[in-house]
Amino acid sequence: MSFEIARTVEQAVAAIAGGAVPVAGGSDLVVSSRHTGAPLPAAMVGIDRIPELQVVEATEAGIRIGATVTHASLMNDPTVVDGYTALADAAALVGSPATRNVGTIGGNVMNASPAMDTGAPLVVMGAQVELRSAAGVRQLPIGALWTAPRSTTARPDELCTAVLLPSPGDRCGSAYVRLEYRRAMEIAVVGAAAAVVLDDAGAVARARIALTAVAPTIVEVDAAGALTSGRVVDEELCAAVAAAAAERAEPIADLRAGAEYRRHTVGVMASRALDAAARRAGGEHIGVPVNRSTGIGAS
Amino acid sequence: MSDSFVSVELRVNGVDYGLAVHPHRSLLDAVRDDVGLTGTKQGCDDCECGACMVLVDGRPVNSCSYLAVQAHGRELTTVEGLAADGEPSALQAALLEAGGVQCGFCTPGMLMSATALLEQNPSPTREEIVVGLGGNLCRCTGYGRIIEAVQRAAEGDG
Repeated sequence: MSFEIARTVEQAVAAIAGGAVPVAGGSDLVVSSRHTGAPLPAAMVGIDRIPELQVVEATEAGIRIGATVTHASLMNDPTVVDGYTALADAAALVGSPATRNVGTIGGNVMNASPAMDTGAPLVVMGAQVELRSAAGVRQLPIGALWTAPRSTTARPDELCTAVLLPSPGDRCGSAYVRLEYRRAMEIAVVGAAAAVVLDDAGAVARARIALTAVAPTIVEVDAAGALTSGRVVDEELCAAVAAAAAERAEPIADLRAGAEYRRHTVGVMASRALDAAARRAGGEHIGVPVNRSTGIGAS
Repeated sequence: MSDSFVSVELRVNGVDYGLAVHPHRSLLDAVRDDVGLTGTKQGCDDCECGACMVLVDGRPVNSCSYLAVQAHGRELTTVEGLAADGEPSALQAALLEAGGVQCGFCTPGMLMSATALLEQNPSPTREEIVVGLGGNLCRCTGYGRIIEAVQRAAEGDG
C-alpha cells in the first residue's frame, strides 16, 4: 500500500508507469470503491498539488485547462464564463459546493460517465484532451477518448494533463442544460449542450449539439450542423433540433427515467440549449447556470 | 506492516497533529478516531448527505470520501473549531435562536458549509444560501429555520 504526493507531472507520470492510480479529488474513485465493494488501489499518486495542472491559461489557439482545475474554479473563471459558458453552466450544476471543491475536469473526462455534465459542453466546443506518459504526449479529440461507460482509449500509463479548447471567435455563445429532479447532489437525467456562431444577419453560421446520458458515451447530434445552417433560431428550428436530438438518442431505461421519457426530454433539452446559446451569441446575458437563471429543472 | 502506513501532518482547528494512517483511511475516520474529534458525523458515507463536512483550507469537503493522506499539510476546521473562548460563533448562536437544530445530526455539517459560505459571501441572498447548503441533508427541520439562521447570522455580521 502506498500513496505518493506528486509535485511535478514527471513525478506523477513515473508513478503511474509503476502502476499507481492517479487521485485528484478522489470523489469518483473513493465513492465508486464504496459502491462496488472493490478495494481502493494498492498504489495511488496524488496529483492535486502540481501547479501546472491547476490553472486555466490562454494559448495561441484558445485556452488550456489543467486537468486538476476544479468545478468550483471553472464556474467562476472569467475566461470560461465569458467565452466557454456551457462549461461553466455544467460545472455549476455538479454535486454540491463540496463536490465542486474537489471534483476536477480531468477526473470527469477520464471517469467517462455518459451522464457527466461537463462532457457535452466539451464536445460542442471542439475540445482536445492531452494525455501524457513517460513515452511522450499526445492529443486527441475528446469524442475519440470515450468508448463506453467508464471506458476510454487512454492507455493505463497515460495521465490526462489538460483539456484544450479552441478560441470561440466572435458572435458565439454556448449553453448546457439538464433535466434534473432536484437541484443539488443530482446526476443529469438527460442533458444537452449547444455551441452557436451567428453570422452578421443573426442567422446560424455554425452550430453543434451534444447529448448527455442518452447513450453509452456523450454523443454529438451530427445532423444539427446542416439543420441549423443559415437559419434563425426560432420555435420551428428548435422543434426540428429537438426531433433530431431525440432521433440521435439511444437511451436506456433505469430507475431515473424510462427510455421513451429520456428520448423525448433530451430533445427538449437540446432545443433549450440551442435557444440559450443563440441568445448568448446575440449578446443577451443569461446567468450561469442556465438551469437556475431560466428556471429549468427542479425549483 | 509499517510500510502500509503513511505519515500525515494535519493542522486541525489550529492544533498540529502528526498521524500515521493507512493510505485508504478516510479523512473522516482520521478526524474522529485518530484526532479524537467526534463532532464531525458519519452519515451516508457516500458523499451525499454532508454530515461529514469539514473545511480543508477553508473550503467545504466531504471528509467521508476524501482520503486522509490527501489532507497532508493542509489546514482543517471542524465544528469544534467554531466556538471561541467558550462562546458559540454568531452562526451557531443564530442556529439555536432560530430553532434550526432538531435531532442535531446534520448540524455540524450545516455549520461548516454555512461558515464557509458566510466567509466567502458575508451577505448572501436566500438563493445563495440554498445553493451553499445544497450538499447538506436535514430530515427534521425542512430547512426553513436553518436558512433563516444563516440570514440572521449574516445580518448580525453587518
